[in-house]
Amino acid sequence: MDIIVLMKQVPDTEAPVEIAEQGNSLDAEDLKWAINPYDEFALEEALLIKENRDDVTVTVVTVGPDRVAEAIRVAYAMGVDNAIHINDEYDDETFAAADAWTTAKIIAKVLEETPYDLIIAGNRGVDDDNYQVPAFVSGMLDIPMITLVNSQKIEGSEIVCEQAIDGGTATVKASLPALITANKGLNEPRYPAFRAIMKAKKKAVDEREPEEIGLDAKTLGTTGAKVKIRTLEFPPERAEGMHIQGASPVDKAKELVRLLREEANVI
Amino acid sequence: MTKEILIVTELWNGSFRKISLEALSEGKRLATQLGASLTAVVLGASVEDQAKTLAAFGADTILMADDPGLATFRACEYTNVVAGIIGDRAPGIVLFGATRRGRELSARVAARLSAGLAVECAGFTLEENRLVATRAMYGGKVIATVDIDGDIQMASIRPNVFEVAKVPGNGKLERLSVDPGKSNVTVLEEKIEVSTKAELTEADYIVSGGRGMEGEDFSVLEELAAVLGGAVGASRNAVDLGWRPQSDQVGQTGKVVSPKLYIACGISGAMQHVAGMSTSDIIVGINNDPDALIFRVSDYCIVDDLFEVVPAITAALKA
Repeated sequence: MDIIVLMKQVPDTEAPVEIAEQGNSLDAEDLKWAINPYDEFALEEALLIKENRDDVTVTVVTVGPDRVAEAIRVAYAMGVDNAIHINDEYDDETFAAADAWTTAKIIAKVLEETPYDLIIAGNRGVDDDNYQVPAFVSGMLDIPMITLVNSQKIEGSEIVCEQAIDGGTATVKASLPALITANKGLNEPRYPAFRAIMKAKKKAVDEREPEEIGLDAKTLGTTGAKVKIRTLEFPPERAEGMHIQGASPVDKAKELVRLLREEANVI
Repeated sequence: MTKEILIVTELWNGSFRKISLEALSEGKRLATQLGASLTAVVLGASVEDQAKTLAAFGADTILMADDPGLATFRACEYTNVVAGIIGDRAPGIVLFGATRRGRELSARVAARLSAGLAVECAGFTLEENRLVATRAMYGGKVIATVDIDGDIQMASIRPNVFEVAKVPGNGKLERLSVDPGKSNVTVLEEKIEVSTKAELTEADYIVSGGRGMEGEDFSVLEELAAVLGGAVGASRNAVDLGWRPQSDQVGQTGKVVSPKLYIACGISGAMQHVAGMSTSDIIVGINNDPDALIFRVSDYCIVDDLFEVVPAITAALKA
């Protein structure tokens, strides 16, 4: 059984970001990067399936520049078998402006020639927050998609999942091949040891440029993107707040309620 | 040029979600500027009474896809119907609410129609009759202005950002005969708890707790939220410690919220948390650490023991 995990490297959520000089992307210079947290759940789930069967190959597929090699090493150290990296570093100007559509297009093209029974993706990327790549990939491949999966079980040629829906959960079933997206809480991702990550440097990565998988660069990046970033700005900074003084917690609470009523007019 | 703006509405528990009215109101504003008509799409079973009410929010046409097969939300069937309607009518602009459903439905429809989709937008302008959207990225650390390519520009709106305006429209009701079609996913069982509590992203008031709660007892926050008619949120720490469900998490890896009032209790104010709530109208920080980062974004700061302050706020509100 072939499991594909879609992985994205994103800026570390705890780290501040800077906007690049040209104004429509982040300054990658001092940025700290990490595997998208939702993709860690996807990786872990694939590895858990692998541990419970003896016929599973886990392949991670990722799109991005050279730096993505770090994320691949972590994935290898966690236990994946293969990695496919579509590297767009060679043309940073074009590919800095990739969007969900162009990314999905690359992934779908890779999967035309890579066997898969199950694709696991994170429910969302915490960088662009587009919530689109899984839907686009499953649409392009014309396979079922089950979102926000809390637990799954493969039964023969079918997968049964419990997924989060509005106000509760649903148990649903689809035929393989299918794509599922990982909800937070699907599992507890393992943290590989530093040594394992260093050792993973030796692992081979199937690394290719988009043209090498048969895509025309003009249909990707800035020209192919359907949502194009014009500018990035920092949100307006909030003004220095007021420290509420008072002799006791009760006094402070009363003063806060007065201010919320009379000054802020929110209650 | 765009002659029609289409709003895909969402029914929950028998009535429209507030976000659907927000989308209609924003759609009306754009339609007026463009000289376009505003169309609301309603999916469900026996929903005529609800559908009619949308005339009061500016809908010129209300398209009703009324079918037993649409009684509850099913991603595949809803996608078939909505993509069919959009494909037939070719509206210039389509707006969704960025709820859990709205996000999935809009992405599936965009995939089906190869359309550009900007998610969780917080503002729109028109340039040469085309939609230009602003949306938060990196959990709100930056705001992007984006162009959406193609003849059909699709976008979803972030909850609680756009004003609901009652502006009468023609409200012509059209019943569509639709075929929900096939699904490649079979639903075996559904467990739904209809909650009367405000959904976090739609709440006007949010009281959130972090590591300073010291455990899973959030009752002081729940009592304050109840008095305010709001919802309880949590920091990532509180969720990771298992004190609160993941659906309560506010921040870059959880929900991004913009209520009228956000009260952060015992939350340090890590960057990923602040990113998820910094667009709230008013922020109150309550923390016994005077150096807590939360105070940098708070309009009102109280340095004290939250277990004493919060019940006192609840009492003062009741008084």
